[in-house]
Amino acid sequence: MWKLFHQFGSPPHFYRLAGHLIPWFGGAALVLILVATYGGLVLAPADYQQGDGFRIIYVHVPSASMSLFAYTLMAVAAGTGLIWRIKLAHAVAAAVAPIGASFTFLALATGSIWGKPMWGTWWAWDARLTSELILLFLFLGYMSLRAAYDDTGKADRASGLLAVVGVVNVPIIHYSVVWWNSLHQGATIIKLGKPAITGDMLWPLLTMLAGFGCYFATVLMIRTRSQVLQRERNSRWLMDL
Amino acid sequence: MKKRYQRGIRVALVLAGVGIAVALMLRAFDENILYFYTPRQVVAGEAPDGRRFRLGGLVTLGSIEREPGSLKVSFLVTDNQKTLTVEYEGVLPDLFRDGQGVIAHGAMNDKGVFVADEVLAKHDENYMPPEVAEALKEVHGENES
Repeated sequence: MWKLFHQFGSPPHFYRLAGHLIPWFGGAALVLILVATYGGLVLAPADYQQGDGFRIIYVHVPSASMSLFAYTLMAVAAGTGLIWRIKLAHAVAAAVAPIGASFTFLALATGSIWGKPMWGTWWAWDARLTSELILLFLFLGYMSLRAAYDDTGKADRASGLLAVVGVVNVPIIHYSVVWWNSLHQGATIIKLGKPAITGDMLWPLLTMLAGFGCYFATVLMIRTRSQVLQRERNSRWLMDL
Repeated sequence: MKKRYQRGIRVALVLAGVGIAVALMLRAFDENILYFYTPRQVVAGEAPDGRRFRLGGLVTLGSIEREPGSLKVSFLVTDNQKTLTVEYEGVLPDLFRDGQGVIAHGAMNDKGVFVADEVLAKHDENYMPPEVAEALKEVHGENES
């Protein structure tokens, strides 16, 4: 177990493994997203209340889930880097931040576009919306804090602590619609009992979620590889490559 | 080994500290984070007195009355326990209809009527095609009768 942990933490090993995996994840992402787009825009029926307007769910929900997943991953990676002093973990955290920020922005933007016709407003200071906006600021804060240091080691430690502390926001976002009366509706997919969404509308959503996941993995590996290249620019194994 | 253990504890302590601080803060602000009050809370006097607040609930079936020739509309908002009358003048969102969840922003006047200057429709977490909604309605109707 520990051997595996340390082996995965070795930059050359990761660099080679990611190189093999990227085309597979990239291909899977492409296929899944294309299938889900067709399913969501053509095959799924219109909603009984929202008509065709509900179809934005196929971008909004996956990007929102990915934004939460990305932050959690960034916090875990940064925490691992802080405690075990694994440079690769810091490289992963640094690579996640811009991707996570993009997903968060996409979730906020699509939600806003949907909110204007359905709710009647572009934006409301509602618990879910506000906490998701804070998530965007956490990502941006992490990135600017990194950029403020010239020394990679110092940047890793300072920004890593911010990433770990900010993880407090993740459960708040998730439970905001349960804990407080909010304008935003509750969870649809993770709901016990009565189905909140019918099967013909659900499968494209789940497929899109898997597609976004594969896309996230692909971009993350590409970005982490370039982080590794930058950090290890003077090392032996890179010269041998 | 020892160092690593100490670092782990330090990170865990910082996280726990911030977590507790945020939890306490949210508890203190609890009322301000509530996006809306329900009619029951308003009748019970929990809503801020003489100040603007948001009222949330369902539009009572058949209660929507429009004044011809203007954008004035009045309807009843209920949480199935208490009901309040809401008056509003302006454009309503697409989802506004009988039985829909709405959130109105405004204040109570001295007649006990909630005068709103903004009405938002709240959407629930259910998504289904029209045929399914129709079928569900029929089943519910049978159960009720």
